[in-house]
Amino acid sequence: MAAVTTSTERSLNKLAIVGVLIVTIIFLAPIYWIASTAFKPRNLATTIPPTVVFQPEISPFVKLFTKRSQLRTAPTPEQYAAAPWWERLVFDGGEKVVRSGRGEVQWSGYPNRFMNSLIVAITSTVLAVGMGTFTAYGFSRFRIKGEQDLLFFILSTRMLPPVVVAIPMFLMYRAVGLNDTHWGLIILYTAFNLSFSVWLMKGFMDEIPKEYEEAALVDGYTRMEAFFKIVLPEAATGIAATAVFCFITAWNEYAFALIMTNRRAQTAPPFIPSQVGSGLPDWTVIAAGTFLFLLPVAIFTFLLRNHLLRGMSFGAIRK
Amino acid sequence: MATAVMTTLDPNSRSAARGMSDLTIRNLFIIPTIIFLIVFNIFPLLYSLGYSFTDFRASSPAPASFVGLQNYRELLNDPFIWSNFAITAKYVIVSVVGQVIVGFGVALLLNRDIPLKGLLTTLLLLPMMLSMAVVGLFWKLLYDPSFGIINYTLGLGSFEWLSNPDMALYAVAITDIWMWSPFVMLLSLAGLSAVPKHLYEAAAIDRAGSFYTFFRITLPLVAPILMIAIIFRTMEAFKTFDLAYILTSQPTTEVISIRLYKMAFQEWQTGRSCALAYIVLIMILAITNIYVKYLNKVKER
Repeated sequence: MAAVTTSTERSLNKLAIVGVLIVTIIFLAPIYWIASTAFKPRNLATTIPPTVVFQPEISPFVKLFTKRSQLRTAPTPEQYAAAPWWERLVFDGGEKVVRSGRGEVQWSGYPNRFMNSLIVAITSTVLAVGMGTFTAYGFSRFRIKGEQDLLFFILSTRMLPPVVVAIPMFLMYRAVGLNDTHWGLIILYTAFNLSFSVWLMKGFMDEIPKEYEEAALVDGYTRMEAFFKIVLPEAATGIAATAVFCFITAWNEYAFALIMTNRRAQTAPPFIPSQVGSGLPDWTVIAAGTFLFLLPVAIFTFLLRNHLLRGMSFGAIRK
Repeated sequence: MATAVMTTLDPNSRSAARGMSDLTIRNLFIIPTIIFLIVFNIFPLLYSLGYSFTDFRASSPAPASFVGLQNYRELLNDPFIWSNFAITAKYVIVSVVGQVIVGFGVALLLNRDIPLKGLLTTLLLLPMMLSMAVVGLFWKLLYDPSFGIINYTLGLGSFEWLSNPDMALYAVAITDIWMWSPFVMLLSLAGLSAVPKHLYEAAAIDRAGSFYTFFRITLPLVAPILMIAIIFRTMEAFKTFDLAYILTSQPTTEVISIRLYKMAFQEWQTGRSCALAYIVLIMILAITNIYVKYLNKVKER
C-alpha cells in the first residue's frame, strides 16, 4: 500500500513540476515580449508570425531619448558619414534627429519624465518611511488608548480610491498652485505610503525585543538615545524593505499622476501611454521606454523576495 | 482623535531620569503622522463632502450654489450609474474568481517538491510588482487582432479583444488575473506551508482519499489567509482604474472609477462627482472594515 502511494506521489510530483514550468513560461511571456521588442528593428516588431529570433539593436533606445522627425529626402553620403553612430541608426529608420539652430540634439520627453519619477518616488519614500518608522515605534512600545481604532484609521486612508481623493485634492492644489509640481505629487504619495509604512514597520518593531532598550535605559541611555542607537540599527532590514515597497508604489502610481500633472512634473506612467496616439505607434520605442521603466522594479523584486509576503499583506502575515 | 493619544503611560516602561519623558516621545512620534493624514486625507474629503451638496463646476467661474441632496438623488436614480456599478461588479467577480483559481492552483503545485522553488516563486511574483498602467499598455500589443502574440499562439486568427464590446471587459480581467494571481499565490503558499505535516500523515494512516484530505484538512486551514487575499483583491478590483482606462475605451468597460474620473475631469461636473465619490467611498469603507476584522483575526492565530 505504502509503495503504491509513493509511486503515485512521485508521478504527481512530476506533473506538478511540468505544471509549474508551463505556468512560469506563460506568466513571464509578456515580460519577455516587452524586453525583446525593446531590442528589435521596427519592421520586426509587428510581424506575423511573431519574430522570436533576430539581431538585437540598440536603435529603439536612441529613438526613445531623441526628438525625431520624418526624413523627406535621404541624407547625402557626406551627411551620413559625418553623423555619429547613433544618428545613423535613426537615419536607417527613415527619420532624422531634430537639432536646434545651434546644432544641439533635442531630447524627447522621456528622460525628463523619468527624472520626475525618480525625484517624486525617492522624496516621498524618504518622508513616508521616516515618519512611519517613528510612528510605528510609538505604536509598538507605548500603550495607546484606542490603538486599534487609530491603526484602522491609518490603514483606511490607504484604501481610499485614488480618483475619490484626487477630486478635492485637485481643487485644493489649484487654489494653492501645487498642480503640476513635484511637491504636489510628493505630498500625495507620502500620505498614500505613510499608512503602509506605519503598518509594515510596526510589525518589524514588534519583533525587536523590548529588553534591548530596557537594558540600554538601565545603562543610562535616554529613551531617544536608545531609539536611535539600539532600535534603529536593529530595524535596518525592515526599514530597507519598507522603503523599497514605498518606492515601488510611488514609482508605479498612475491615477494621481494623470490627474495632478500634465507637463512640468509629469511622471513616466501617464507619459508612456500618451505616446500611443492614433495611427501606427512605434512599439519598439514604447517597449524600450517600458523596459527601462520596469528594470528598477524587477531588480528590487529580487532583492525583496524574502519580504514580499509581509509587504503585500501589510505586515499581517510574516512566516 | 488626538485626545485619544494623550492618555496614561505604560506603567511598565521605565522612563529615563534625563531626556524627554516617554509621554512626550510617544506624542512626538505619533501625532505628526496623524495630523499629516488628517490634513491630506480627511480634510480633502470633508471639503468634497461640502461640494457634493452643490452644483459646482470647477471649469466655470460661477460660484457654487447649494442644491441639497439633489446630486445624490439623481445619481441613485440614474440607470447609467447603476450600469457602471454592474460592470464593476462583473469585473470584480471575473477577475477575483480567476485570480483565486489560478493563484491557489499554482500555490498547490508549488507546495510540492519542486526544484528551484525559490527562484520560480520569485519569477512568478514579478507581474504584481510592475506598474499596471505601463505594463497594461503593452498588453494592447499582445491583444492586437492582426499581429498580437495572443491570437497567434492560440490560433484565433484576427479575433477582436479590446475593440469588441462583449470581450473587452474579459480582456481587461485577463490582464488583471495575470498581474494579481501571484498575490493570491503568495498568500496561499504561506497558508499551505503553515498546515502541520502530521495532519497529512494522520490522514494517510487513516487511508483518507486525496479529495477528503483536501477538503477536510488543506482548505479549512488555508481558508483564513485565502479570505484575506480575496477581500483585498475585491477591494482593489472595485477601485480599478488604470488597466481598464488604458486598455480600452469601450462603454462596456466603464467601471465606476472611470465614470467618476470622466464626470470630474472631463465633464467637469464637480459637485455631482463629489457626491458619486462619497457613494463609492462608503462602499469601500465597508469592505475595508471587513478586511481589517479578518486581518486581526488571522494575526491572533
